Amino acid sequence: MNQADSNDYIAVVVKENCPTCVHIVPALEQMIESGLAVRVISQDNPDFPATVKHVADDRDLGQSWQMAIEIVPTAIRFAGGKEVDRAVGWNRPEWEALSGLSNIAPDLAENRPGCGSMSLEPGRFEELEVRFKGDVMTSRRIAVDAYTDEMEIGFDRGWSDGLPVIPPSEIRVMAMLRGTDRDPSEVIGNVPPNLSPCTVEKVAINAVMAGCKPEYLPVVLAAVETALVDQFCMHGLLATTWFSGPVAIVSGPITKAIGMNWAENALGQGNRANSTIGRALQLVIRNVGGGKPGELDRSTLGSPGKLGFSFAEDETDDFWPTVAMDQGAERQRSSITLFAGDGVHGVFDQKSRNPESLARSFAEPLKTVGHAKSVMASDALLVIGPEHYRVFKQAGWSKDRLREELEKLLVRPGTELIIGAGGIDEGLPTTLKDKMLPKFRPGGLLIARAGGEAGMFSAIIGGWGATGKMGSVPTTGQI
Amino acid sequence: MTTMLLDPTAEVSAATRPRLQRPVDLAGLTVGLMDISKPRGDIFLNRIEALLKDRNIQVKRFTKPTFTRVAPTELKQQIAGEVDLVIEGLAD
Repeated sequence: MNQADSNDYIAVVVKENCPTCVHIVPALEQMIESGLAVRVISQDNPDFPATVKHVADDRDLGQSWQMAIEIVPTAIRFAGGKEVDRAVGWNRPEWEALSGLSNIAPDLAENRPGCGSMSLEPGRFEELEVRFKGDVMTSRRIAVDAYTDEMEIGFDRGWSDGLPVIPPSEIRVMAMLRGTDRDPSEVIGNVPPNLSPCTVEKVAINAVMAGCKPEYLPVVLAAVETALVDQFCMHGLLATTWFSGPVAIVSGPITKAIGMNWAENALGQGNRANSTIGRALQLVIRNVGGGKPGELDRSTLGSPGKLGFSFAEDETDDFWPTVAMDQGAERQRSSITLFAGDGVHGVFDQKSRNPESLARSFAEPLKTVGHAKSVMASDALLVIGPEHYRVFKQAGWSKDRLREELEKLLVRPGTELIIGAGGIDEGLPTTLKDKMLPKFRPGGLLIARAGGEAGMFSAIIGGWGATGKMGSVPTTGQI
Repeated sequence: MTTMLLDPTAEVSAATRPRLQRPVDLAGLTVGLMDISKPRGDIFLNRIEALLKDRNIQVKRFTKPTFTRVAPTELKQQIAGEVDLVIEGLAD
């Protein structure tokens, strides 16, 4: 008997394109001739093995998937419809134990490893996963016929930020969801401006469109969750006429693990993780939250960083803490800090070899963040390049020391800041003329490390003019 | 082959895109009349033009080279730049 109708039988999954499967055909013949209920299932050719009648056709690999076949041949003994034993590849003692026969096919080799199951082949596996598990994704399906360019769909439907988006097919989203253990249906928060509930699945869809790899998804999820923390004020940041958008600073082991860039051109283009993680966050704001330029996003000029702005911190030495550690995170914990920031303003100083001088070089342009006469308005993120960092490290300056020195240098006399001072109408109320005023509110100056080895340059990323309780507070989340 | 995409939005709008809203009133708008080069389309459009002009509505005429193909990009851009809405005669 080779056609098993009862619930007690042995299933053997094979493929013709596998030397081990071809090798063990005599064993299958012997098992069938001995009267065992054997169900042979072929992945690639239902006429293989030719000497076996009633081979089950599994060219669509559904049965292989259901039985979780990883290697062919695999023999599985079912009793009462339930699996009770499994032999993977060919090993005579194992097959004898499984079948209850002795001395199966004595002319065959004692042991031969099998071949990979077709159900695990790249492309096929993803297709099968969608076929059998696709209903975990509950988003509305949008059918695109063969005559429509799927690369244009993102533009046509308003999903795009102006650049092409990767079409979020079921297969791609399913693959993206493998990047997290979290349930696709888990709601991670309400995304402004529409305060629409956002599931892990919606984040995954937008991460696909942004160009993320599945291993970036935990960072994107943390970015979205952090953006939704009330103190970050994502709604106001989206709606402001100012230039700002969420700037993501990533630190901890994850940056190396997923290949983020903290070195040459860290704030620029060219690294997939840097370029897509921040973009995925902005696409979530756009598509789930409904925040679009010209609608709720009222930015006067905007900034290229609003396409997405994320980078890794340089942790190649641990003399300075990361931005996230300044906010209370631990070194070994991967973290993301969001800062409501604008574009990059370069600062060069190629002559300072002592920290006092270099700090003054930073302080002068820092005074101009937002406006040279504003104080306690915008926050700022100072990104220090390696050749500048070296000056502080060699002098033994901790990051806190640098911040303290900068804060001293950034205390401004009211006389220079009031309305009319310097011949500029913009300014503070004249009642403040006798005050000494700090440029930044407490906690309003962030310092990070990044950049390539050559160049005595650092960068100032100015912040949104609404900070603290009146606006956005830099916010750190765990990945 | 049909590809199934997943909707990245909050799904608060219809899956199909709505048509642009028609204007409530033509006053102050410029109307384009598009002749797709199908026979007798001009008779229909001439009549529409006369009716619109009776109402003091500004009209501009456009002609597609052939009804068998979509309009050339230059023509579409010209129309988009010069008029607020378009009426076209589709068949003979």
